[in-house]
Amino acid sequence: MSEHEYTPKSKAGKWFNDRLPLLTLGAHLTDYPTPKNLNYWWTFGGILTFCLITQIVTGIVLAMHYVAHADLAFASVEHIMRDVNYGWLIRYIHSNGASMFFLAVYIHIFRSLFYGSYKSPREVIWIIGLLIYLLMMAAAFMGYVLPWGQMSFWGATVITNLFSAIPLVGDSITTWLWGAYSVDNPTLNRFFSLHYLIPFLILGLVVLHIWALHVPGNNNPVGIDIKKPSKDTVPFHPYITIKDAFALLVFMIIFAGFVFFTPNVLGHSDNYIPANPLVTPAHIVPEWYLLPFYAILRSVPDKLGGVILMFSAIFILFVLPWLDTSKVRSAVFRPIYRQFFWILVIDVLMLGYVGAMPAEGIYLVLARVGTIYYFLHFIVVMPVVGYLEKTDPIPMSISEPVLTGGAEPSVARKVNDKI
Amino acid sequence: MIKSSLRFVFLTFLIYISFKPLNSAEMVDPIKVNWSFKGLTGTFDRASLQRGFQVYKEVCASCHSMQYLSYRNLGEPGGPEFSEQEVKAIAASFEIEDGPDSQGEMFTRPGRPSDKFKSPYPNVQAATAANGGAYPPDMSVLVKARKGGANYIYSVLVGYEDPPPGLDLDDGVYYNKYMVGNKIKMPNNLMDGLVEYADGTESTVDQMAKDVTTFLAWAAEPELEERHKTGVKVIIYLVLLTILVYLSMKKIWSRVDTEV
Repeated sequence: MSEHEYTPKSKAGKWFNDRLPLLTLGAHLTDYPTPKNLNYWWTFGGILTFCLITQIVTGIVLAMHYVAHADLAFASVEHIMRDVNYGWLIRYIHSNGASMFFLAVYIHIFRSLFYGSYKSPREVIWIIGLLIYLLMMAAAFMGYVLPWGQMSFWGATVITNLFSAIPLVGDSITTWLWGAYSVDNPTLNRFFSLHYLIPFLILGLVVLHIWALHVPGNNNPVGIDIKKPSKDTVPFHPYITIKDAFALLVFMIIFAGFVFFTPNVLGHSDNYIPANPLVTPAHIVPEWYLLPFYAILRSVPDKLGGVILMFSAIFILFVLPWLDTSKVRSAVFRPIYRQFFWILVIDVLMLGYVGAMPAEGIYLVLARVGTIYYFLHFIVVMPVVGYLEKTDPIPMSISEPVLTGGAEPSVARKVNDKI
Repeated sequence: MIKSSLRFVFLTFLIYISFKPLNSAEMVDPIKVNWSFKGLTGTFDRASLQRGFQVYKEVCASCHSMQYLSYRNLGEPGGPEFSEQEVKAIAASFEIEDGPDSQGEMFTRPGRPSDKFKSPYPNVQAATAANGGAYPPDMSVLVKARKGGANYIYSVLVGYEDPPPGLDLDDGVYYNKYMVGNKIKMPNNLMDGLVEYADGTESTVDQMAKDVTTFLAWAAEPELEERHKTGVKVIIYLVLLTILVYLSMKKIWSRVDTEV
């Protein structure tokens, strides 16, 4: 924990470290004081890093065999599945890896929402995280286009057509995005190029995300500021590394379950039909992780309105640190907000469900109710509840259950139990 | 109050999920077959794969292509596992167009194991034109390309019925109980005793439908057996490693007064 006084033991190490302090960085990462009460919801940062690296490594190998051409893409994917050594494994890891990545990122985001990790002084971490999430969606969407199946083609058509809703220049922008007058070979080519680029942008943002995290240090389930290093912290290595490794392994077992035993369950069977511009599938649905936004998009009868609302649903998260007026971070001490948090979780799940259903009848009604509630949560509930709510007493530190409110002396322990 | 409203939202959610099947109208659920390749350790029935290949070759292949398979696949582990001689003989029974030769001419030669399955038509348009305007889909990944997978393919093969009274069908359109929309342009090609199985199995419609579906399931997922086998090993390895890491974690964290 004495990162500032770190000097390498060997002469060569000292020589190098004086010129590029990589060893100091390593020592900082090893000693980084971490709250000792982090629960398993905090292990998803490490899991997400694993997901990103997995996607990049498998993706690079896939790109060695894939052909980004409208006439050859589908066949090249089958070539990977049949003729490339362990091609099926690499591709199934990559395609299921995208789903696992989103599963992890949603848990990570909702963890942040529950424990108030987006609040001061961690707004920049939150915003960088949202940028990563946006890029993830772009990368996943473009990646789904690459096999050039029916859902690839029609998903790309639906999503790129959204831009035609922009007044005056919409059609020109859409044509420019396509590089043609419809989704066609030039579109596939550029999507492949961007799909290869974006993960490295994400990687750069992940470095910033972690850097920004290491300035204030981790939030924790109690949500209070702690002295670092202190009795409340443990060094990152070996405490957090071993715990992250354990959680990662559990995650990998689930991941492997999908890859080896139901590799196509998260995909759509139509994507094994080669793209055909003349035949529209009965229902065009995006991958599951984009469904809540798809539901919001379709809940508005007006195309431009739907597009604006869908993008607002994401961009509203950027101002969340300033919409939340509560002085208390963790929902553990916020009895009212905690309930709304779970309603939001159910709301998003419901939106995801109706996003997969045809936009008619009861589904449309549910989508509209869900959309309205989604925005109400952020625009009304967050500021108002933060203002009015009477929060529970907060412990002074993680180790010592000293109270501000003077309630039962065992609150801090109870908090730990709850988590 | 919030708790009860929460419960209400959740219940409504559950109710609508359970209504799902009612809304997906015209579809009849496909027949559930207890396939040998189902489950975590499922494998293909070798004899059924070989019979299925025979049905494919003698019946389906006259209209349907399987362009992503090669004859060599028929001899590979996890598939029908024909012997090397058999694979060579199967390949050689097809005339494959090759070329151009040094004179710039295309020529035909007997097939080799490395050749892709020969398609019955030169292109999609020709296949469509020859089949009353309906393209017989390529069968390489057909099982993966249909909701319901093998069950659905099997059900369609045995699902031909007389149309319900009052339903007029155009020429070349047939009624099928399981086909999406109930109308299919593929005639009912299977009839009892149509093929003569080399292994003496009685070739009932049901038997042929099961065999050819098994063959198609393998064609769509030739890696299935290896995938299952590797998967079991990977999971066992991961579980053991997880236990070791868990114990290490407990040991390391015992130095701290916090539970993990």
